[in-house]
Amino acid sequence: MARVELRGLTRHFDGGKAALDDLSFRIDDGEFVVVVGPSGCGKSTLLRLIAGLERPTQGHVLIDDTIVDDWAPQQRNVAMVFQNYALYPHMSVRQNMEFPLRMMRLTRAGIGSRIDRIAGLLDLLPLLDRKPKQLSGGQRQRVAMGRALVRNPAVLLLDEPLSNLDAQLRANIRTEIAALQRELGITTIHVTHDQQEAMSMGDRVAVLRDGKLQQLATPLELYDAPANTFVARFLGNPGMNISTATLRNDGGQLYLDMPAWNLYVGAELLEAYPRLQQYLHQRLQIGIRPEGFAAHTGQQAADRIAVHIEATEMLGHEMLVYCHPAGSARSSASAKTRDGNAGGTQWIVRLPADDTIRGNATLELVVDTGRLRLFRDDGTALVRAA
Amino acid sequence: MIGRLKGPVIVYVAAAIVAALFFAPILLMIVGSLKPDDLVLAEAGSWRAFVSNEISLQNYHDVFARVNYGRFMLNSLLITSTVVTLGLIVNSLFGYALARLQWRGRNALLAVVLALMIIPFEGIAVPLFYQGTLAGWRDTYIVQIVPFIANAFSIYLFYSFFIGLPRELEDAARVDGAGVFRTFLQVIVPSARPAFATVAILTFLMQWSMYLWPLMVTSGERVRPLSVAIASFRTLPPLQWGDIMAFGVMMVAPTLAMFLLFQRWFVRSVITSGIKG
Repeated sequence: MARVELRGLTRHFDGGKAALDDLSFRIDDGEFVVVVGPSGCGKSTLLRLIAGLERPTQGHVLIDDTIVDDWAPQQRNVAMVFQNYALYPHMSVRQNMEFPLRMMRLTRAGIGSRIDRIAGLLDLLPLLDRKPKQLSGGQRQRVAMGRALVRNPAVLLLDEPLSNLDAQLRANIRTEIAALQRELGITTIHVTHDQQEAMSMGDRVAVLRDGKLQQLATPLELYDAPANTFVARFLGNPGMNISTATLRNDGGQLYLDMPAWNLYVGAELLEAYPRLQQYLHQRLQIGIRPEGFAAHTGQQAADRIAVHIEATEMLGHEMLVYCHPAGSARSSASAKTRDGNAGGTQWIVRLPADDTIRGNATLELVVDTGRLRLFRDDGTALVRAA
Repeated sequence: MIGRLKGPVIVYVAAAIVAALFFAPILLMIVGSLKPDDLVLAEAGSWRAFVSNEISLQNYHDVFARVNYGRFMLNSLLITSTVVTLGLIVNSLFGYALARLQWRGRNALLAVVLALMIIPFEGIAVPLFYQGTLAGWRDTYIVQIVPFIANAFSIYLFYSFFIGLPRELEDAARVDGAGVFRTFLQVIVPSARPAFATVAILTFLMQWSMYLWPLMVTSGERVRPLSVAIASFRTLPPLQWGDIMAFGVMMVAPTLAMFLLFQRWFVRSVITSGIKG
C-alpha cells in the first residue's frame, strides 16, 4: 500500500504544448482517485508518468515520500490495466497472470497460490487455460485486472478499463472494481472520460483540462461547489446551466441582470456570497443545476421566469426540458462565447415527469437561489461563506 | 439460376486455364524425370510430354551416379538454413529497433534501408566479389552466407509488422517487470510469428534459388550449391534430358515441402486475439 504524490509534474511532447502542466496533488494510502477529463486532457500521460513508462519533463512523482523518477516500473511496484487490456495473445489466462510473477522470481508454489487466490476473487478459475481470443470482452477485462492484481501492487493504475465494454457490463464491472478496491485496499488511480463513472467510483475525483488540474475533491463537493465553470459544466448529466449576468445596485437592492431576466439577490444568496457587493457592475456567471429549477405553481413568486420550451426529453421518473428565457435570443442562433456556451442562454431543466408540460410552448420556472453558484467572468468560482 | 452461375463458372474456367499453364512446366519436369531418357526429347513436342507409359527411377539413379548430388544438397541446405536463421535474428532485431527504440540517426537509417531495397543485387555483385576476394573468402561457405544475412526487405517487413503491434503490449510487459530483451523474446516474437514465418519463407526461396553469386564465388564442387550444380550438370556430357529433369525435381522438392509446411503461416494473423480494437 502506498501514498502517491505528484509535485509540479509537467510533461511536454516534442514541440507541442504541455500534455501535463505543473500538476501537484497527493493521493492517500488506499484511496481510490478517479482522474477525469475530456480526451486529450493528459490523463493517460499522467498514468504513464506514475507507472514509469515515461519521464516527466519537470517535477516529480513520489511514492511513499520517495522520488521515484529514476525507478523502473517494476521497482515502483505499480500495476496497470490498459484500455485495450494488452493481454499477451499467445499466452493462456494463467500464463498471462504468471508473467509478472515470473519476473519477480517467485517459487512455483508461490506463483500457484497467488494465481489461485486472485483467479478465485475474479471468478477466473474456469478460464485459466483459455487464450485471450477465446474470451468475451468482460472476461478479458477481468483477466487484465487479474494480471495487475497478482503482483500485489502498491499502486493500481486503471486506464479507461471500461471503455471497451457495453453499457450494461460497464455498470456491473464498475461496482465490481470499486468493491474489489475497497476489499484489497490498494491505492488506485483510475482514468476515464466518463464523468458518471468518475462520480460513482472515486473517493475523490480529479478533473483535468488541457493538462491542468481544475479541481480535486469528493464527488459531492465537485458537484455542489465546482471550482470553475468548466467543472460545473463537465460534471453532472446534463451539466450546470451557466448564464452571463451583470451585478446592479438599484437603491440598495442588488440584482443580477441577464439579457431576459433580472434576478433579485435575496438574503439567502447574500449570505452565501457575503462579498458579492465588490463585484458591482462587473460581469459574472451564474450557474444553476438542472434540478435547481422548479415549475412555478400557485401564488405569484417575485422571481418567476417565463421560458420558451425548445424540446423535452422524457426519462420516465423525470424529464429534461430544453428551454430559453422568453425574450432572449434562441441559443442556437446566437454567438458562442469564449467557453463555448451559448450566449443566448439555453437551459436544461430537470423536472418531475409531467405530460402537460410536454405539450406546452412556454413554462414558468422558479429558481432555488440556495442552489445558485456564482463565478467570475474568467470562470473561477466566487468565494462562498463557509 | 443459370445466369447467376455464369459469372463464377467463367471465373473458375479462366482460373483453371491459368493454373494449368503455370503447372505445365512442373508437370513436364516430373513426368520427364520418370521417362526413359530418349523419350523425353522425342515426345517433347506433343501432348505425350505430359504422360508416361512406364515409370522408372533410372534417371534418379543416374544423377546420383554421375555427380555428387548429396554434397550439393548439403551445401544448399547449410547455406540456406544458416542465412535464414541468422537473418531472422538480425533482421527482426534491427526492425524492432527501427520501429520501437529511440536513438539518434534512426530515421536516417530507416531511409537507407528503404533505399537499399530497390538496388538490384546484380548492381553490386562485382564490387562485392572484389570485396570478398580481398577478404580471402573465395570458394567458401562464409562468402555465400555473410552478404545475405542482413536484408533490407526483411528488415522492412519486420519493421512494418512491429510498427503495427499495439504499443500497450510492450508497456504491459514493462510494467510487469520485463526488460527490453525479455519483452522482445517473450512478448514481441510470439506475437510476430506470421512476420517471422513470412521472412523465413521468402529468405529461403531467395537463397535456395540464388545463382549468380554462387556461380561467381565458387570454383570447385566443395561448397557449390544445387542451383549452380544443376546448371553445370546440363553441360556435363553426355546430355541426358531425363537426368536433368530428375535433378530438377530433386532441387524443387525441398522448396515445395517448405511451402506446404509453412503455408498456414502466410494466412494466419495471431495478433488480433488479445486486443480489441
